[in-house]
Amino acid sequence: MIKLVNISKRYPGGHEALSNVTCHLQAGEMAFLTGHSGAGKSTLLKLITLIERTTRGEVVLDGENLSRVRRREIPFVRRKIGMVFQDHNLLNDKTVFDNVALPLIISGIPPSETGRRVRAALDKVGLLRKEKQFPITLSTGEQQRVGIARAVVNRPPLLLADEPTGNLDPALSREIMGLFEAFNHIGTTVLIATHDLGLISQLQYRLFTLHEGRLIADGTTQDLNNAA
Amino acid sequence: MVPRKNRRQRQTPQQRQQQRRRQQDLTTFIDYESDARTRQKTHSALSRYFEQQAWVGKAALLQLLQTPLSTLMTAAVIAIALALPTGLFLLLTDLQKIVSNWQGNAQVSLFMKKSISDQEARLLTKKLQTWEEISNASHLSAAQALDEFQQQSGFGDALDILQENPLPAVIIVKLHRSQLITGNIERLTEKLRELPQVDIVQLDFKWIQRLNSFVALGKRGALLLSGLLAVAVLLIIGNTIRLTIHNRRQEILVTKLIGATNQFIRKPFLYAGFWYGLMGAVFAVLLIALLFWLISDPIHRLSVLYNSTFQLSGLGFVGVAYILAIGVVLGLTGSWIAVTRHIHAIEPK
Ligand SMILES: Nc1ncnc2c1ncn2[C@@H]1O[C@H](COP(=O)(O)OP(=O)(O)OP(=O)(O)O)[C@@H](O)[C@H]1O
Ligand SMILES: [Mg+2]
Repeated sequence: MIKLVNISKRYPGGHEALSNVTCHLQAGEMAFLTGHSGAGKSTLLKLITLIERTTRGEVVLDGENLSRVRRREIPFVRRKIGMVFQDHNLLNDKTVFDNVALPLIISGIPPSETGRRVRAALDKVGLLRKEKQFPITLSTGEQQRVGIARAVVNRPPLLLADEPTGNLDPALSREIMGLFEAFNHIGTTVLIATHDLGLISQLQYRLFTLHEGRLIADGTTQDLNNAA
Repeated sequence: MVPRKNRRQRQTPQQRQQQRRRQQDLTTFIDYESDARTRQKTHSALSRYFEQQAWVGKAALLQLLQTPLSTLMTAAVIAIALALPTGLFLLLTDLQKIVSNWQGNAQVSLFMKKSISDQEARLLTKKLQTWEEISNASHLSAAQALDEFQQQSGFGDALDILQENPLPAVIIVKLHRSQLITGNIERLTEKLRELPQVDIVQLDFKWIQRLNSFVALGKRGALLLSGLLAVAVLLIIGNTIRLTIHNRRQEILVTKLIGATNQFIRKPFLYAGFWYGLMGAVFAVLLIALLFWLISDPIHRLSVLYNSTFQLSGLGFVGVAYILAIGVVLGLTGSWIAVTRHIHAIEPK
């Protein structure tokens, strides 16, 4: 699904945020990405979503070499990716329903046909009854779930999340992780950048560890327990 | 990674339950996917396109109506800018019509030389009547002219003191309507002036001609003004849209992040421009109607004084269609310029 081959990213300031990272995530896999603050986790996700471009090396998404993607074609790459953000990035002047419907509208599905899909996605995150509310009237955890519903409503083959549990208490974090697992169970590839080692050590998935821009470990979350 | 295959091989009750859940999840998703697919077939591409356009258009309108006061103010400014030159133009066109009616009564007075006898003057009158530029010519002898003057001026007694009639004989020439073009008039007066019997040629409609050229000048001015105001409307709409783009920067960023093309992001702003233009044009039509209604009474009284049945013509159906079209085109153009200039700069970081 995602293949990173010897990628490096140097920001305009000269700082090398990623150096020579190579890794491969199979379709249908779920993996975590961890590392200290500033290790380059967000940068790696930004390269996959073409928010930033690699300085060296190549990112291959679903067989497509992203360094060859032209500016005009970027939106169509992003439609294959569901993105979940730490600060959820919902539109506050739109209802929960309209927020979740947005990816469908963007990809050209007529508004009258979005209803069932939006409700199915909201149902999955347990927010079916809040579809008419506005994001600010929801709790942080609920807002994060709306963000997840929006990310999956299009049934993207890949789900990326950058610190999706950053603002949540442990119980809520577990719930959110459960959602990601559920989507992974139905075939979505999932990659989550997180600090929350306590939480992911309870799970059994692949784990990439970054340190100062280098990939220093490619193992499983169980390694965290062994090390402890 | 812990391969899922491995987990499936040694199934605990927990994992069996998990797999059941997985199965359920799949059915829900397949359900609504296939449902969406059948629906897609029943909708033609065209009707989907129109449905989307209508949806975006409506959304843009609702967005504008969320801030009714500022929307109203923008529309009002556009309305004034459209109504001002249009109203002026309509009034001047009406004035031109009146003036050309007056021109129909245009006449030229030929004052005879003192040496010309009544007999000769009458002969000349006959001759002039045969000219094709002239619709009618009539002779007024010196005595008749004095008579008329005494009756009309009230200086009758004063004139009695004079030994001799100071007035010359006059031939009053009426022109054909077709001759009332500046070039023709010049040529004709020249021709009349060359007649040996004629002393002075006096055009009684010089002032009408002057008025006419003033009106034509005014119309040209109104056109120029409308050009300037059209640019003003473009700037107003462009600036309003620019501010809207600025205020919705976050929204644009998020929509780009989830895969919106620039085209998609541009659409609601273009619709906003469309609505501003249309609203402004509708208000402009109402404004012109109101203005004309306000002045219709005094105009009516004036026209009664002049024994005329003159009425203001107003915009008419074609005029209304013109204004609406101009409003919409200006709205779309203004927002297009703003959107094209500012939307590329907003990229997620
Ligand atoms: N736009 C940018 N311009 C310059 N340097 C940047 C930019 N974005 C990130 N960096 C630098 O790149 C490095 C990696 O940043 P990144 O955001 O990927 O870290 P991170 O692992 O996500 O950290 P955190 O856990 O704090 O979110 C940091 O040193 C950061 O200062
Ligand atoms: Mg980060």
